[in-house]
Amino acid sequence: MSLQTLVGEIETRFTGVVIEKIVDEKKLVKIVVSPENIKSVALYLRDSLGFDHVKAVTGVDLSRLLKKESRIEVIYHLGSYTREELSKSDMALSTKLDKANPRMPSLNDVWPSCEYHEREVYEMFGVVFEGHPDLRRLLLPEYWMDMPPMLKEYEPPGR
Amino acid sequence: MSAFLARGPKIFPGHFKTGIFGYRFTDSSSIVNMVEESEVKPEKVDEVVAQYGVEKVNRLETPKGVEYVLYRFRNFRLIRYLLNWGRMASLFPAHITTACCSVEFAATHSPRYDPERFGWLPATGSLRQSDVLVVEGTVTSKMAMRLRLVYDQMPDPKWVIAMGACAISGGLYAKDSYNVIQGIDDILPVDVYVPGCPPRPETFFQGILLLREKILYGGVA
Amino acid sequence: MTVLERKEDVRKAEFYDVGEAALKVSYGPQHPGTGHFRLVVTISGDTVLEADPDPGFVHRGEEKLAEYKTWITNIPHLERPVILDSAGIQYAYVLAVEKLMGVEPPERAKYLRPIMAELQRIGSHLYWFALYGVFLGHSTMFLWCFGDREYLVDLTSLIGGQRITHAYFVPGGVRNDAPKNVPQELVKEFSRYYRMVTGKDLPLNTTDFRKYTLAVCEFFDQRLNDYWDMFFNNELFIARTKDVGVLRREDAVRLGAVGTTLRASGVEYDNRVNNPYDAYPNFKFEVPVGIKGDCYDRAVVGFKEMRESVKIIMQAVEMMPDGPVKAKQHPINIRVPAGEAVARTEAARGEMMYYIRSDGGDKPYRVKISPPSFRLLPVMKYLLRGEQIANIPPIYWSLNYWPVEADR
Repeated sequence: MSLQTLVGEIETRFTGVVIEKIVDEKKLVKIVVSPENIKSVALYLRDSLGFDHVKAVTGVDLSRLLKKESRIEVIYHLGSYTREELSKSDMALSTKLDKANPRMPSLNDVWPSCEYHEREVYEMFGVVFEGHPDLRRLLLPEYWMDMPPMLKEYEPPGR
Repeated sequence: MSAFLARGPKIFPGHFKTGIFGYRFTDSSSIVNMVEESEVKPEKVDEVVAQYGVEKVNRLETPKGVEYVLYRFRNFRLIRYLLNWGRMASLFPAHITTACCSVEFAATHSPRYDPERFGWLPATGSLRQSDVLVVEGTVTSKMAMRLRLVYDQMPDPKWVIAMGACAISGGLYAKDSYNVIQGIDDILPVDVYVPGCPPRPETFFQGILLLREKILYGGVA
Repeated sequence: MTVLERKEDVRKAEFYDVGEAALKVSYGPQHPGTGHFRLVVTISGDTVLEADPDPGFVHRGEEKLAEYKTWITNIPHLERPVILDSAGIQYAYVLAVEKLMGVEPPERAKYLRPIMAELQRIGSHLYWFALYGVFLGHSTMFLWCFGDREYLVDLTSLIGGQRITHAYFVPGGVRNDAPKNVPQELVKEFSRYYRMVTGKDLPLNTTDFRKYTLAVCEFFDQRLNDYWDMFFNNELFIARTKDVGVLRREDAVRLGAVGTTLRASGVEYDNRVNNPYDAYPNFKFEVPVGIKGDCYDRAVVGFKEMRESVKIIMQAVEMMPDGPVKAKQHPINIRVPAGEAVARTEAARGEMMYYIRSDGGDKPYRVKISPPSFRLLPVMKYLLRGEQIANIPPIYWSLNYWPVEADR
């Protein structure tokens, strides 16, 4: 069962929710949805299609690309241990947030494996996950007072 | 692999500070000598406490017996030499790993390059019983506070070896990182610098041998 | 953009007395049992009520750094987090860049890369067991493991040029070919040890690289029997690790465990078999799986993985064809076409995943590293609940958590 058919199934089930998609079996398969619908799509992916854990949560600051948009993209990379045929796939679910006020619902009750990943995206990009049980900083020192360091406006002090 | 050995003028009691930003020399042994020489007489204790605070007073209790002999004649050459030989022949490093150079630190204790034949034994986990602090690898700002606490808890005499390029000057992360301290010179007084990324076990061994020479003769040839 | 609140974070980070019944203690960054990592542990008597991991003591900002360096000068930077198994972390980066560039490495490179990866996998497992011995008070294991690891590190330095951080992989192949001959002094020193373990004589003219590698593999295979008798089949080790820290299958899947932890709980998942890359489909090897999921199972699964790695190296050395080792051009500054790609490989500690986004220039736009140790943090928090304090070192180290890798 290839990923193209999976993406087709998601599109027929949730009509009009998928904003963009990238389908390239060798590199990455990604669907972009809006923040209000992300939880229902995540529940469908976990219960009906069998993606049972999250491998990583990435934040990307899209403000210096060639096609600029002042947004932050949060990508959930999914994987499956229970279904053998899906273990070769690189499936991703993502959403784009406004850079001035990035808030989105937390997917911690759908997949408990993304607790620490979401805390890291919170401190590195400033994205607030609503509903996360314990949102505080993870890797940066306790007295860090500057802006979140992974944004493109932040220049490291040596340069 | 060098360290300054400048010795300043004779220090009057109560007129110096230890701790961060209070020392004038970049050498651990001169700090030890400063502590030994700056005792405060019992009559003047209250005055000094009122002026500088409790932490700044160093009182040596009057030693008795053999210790009195060693203390009274500690500047004579033979006794100094024996004391130094005792200190250099059994160095106990404190166990604090900071980053990736700890792998080559552990590999130096393998049977192929064996430092135990020189008396160097990482045997204890306790800081109060060790002499040498080997700072291996990158020190981030979160770790720097704890590193200074560890150094302050070790008893005198103590020495510091800076191992790896990241501990000497920031190393691979010298320009662009937002969280890395550019060399531990700003926090601790260093005795021996061992370069490399990571240094080979033979290089670290040469650092140990140089430290022993420095303790015994008070300088490096 | 938000500025993070300072007071709340500082208040939660220090340790303080929580009434009379429970005490919050810092199992701190200077501890012979943890290394450079902190656990804030809430205890009551001898039981751990809650353990809160506090990583970040070696956070050097690798992901931000990667955006200021070119594609090729990133490779020595990215191999520093997992320094023991540096082939495992370079591998995924190089595969992802090759996917974006559309370049395939030549056949000989496809066999040289698994050889390096497996050699470093064995080295990393030996370091894991050496420190396991130190934590449990068995210092003989420390000295044996480090002594044997030196012969494997010799092989790595012959092929790659440096002991552990060799930066050997490039997008399009490997940097240089394996040597044809091994120095005579090395064979002489090794032959004494070889005779002690196997009882056979190694002729002093086996300076051919293939034959020397096969001799090292044979010696190591026999040596593993000694390890089994001394450490893994030892009554004291079994008493300390059996039925301690049991992780059931459903919890391992739900919390997203990786590597040895996942396989010891009964899930048969290995990236070299389920998602193969390079020359791995041509090798015949098994994936060891445990039954119960306690600390003893994890150690035994790690032990069996070492045997399988030796088998892979022997097959790869014999099947390796001749030819070039790099794709045609190897310019210093490569330009990678725009796009996004994901690559996953099996490093020594688990599954390593990279997400790379390129904008068409000579520097990456975003590099996201997802190391295996970071994904084991929820498992650590779950397993330490309700245990005795003396069980914290065995559980913590049986997950093979490396703090430098989790912090990047």
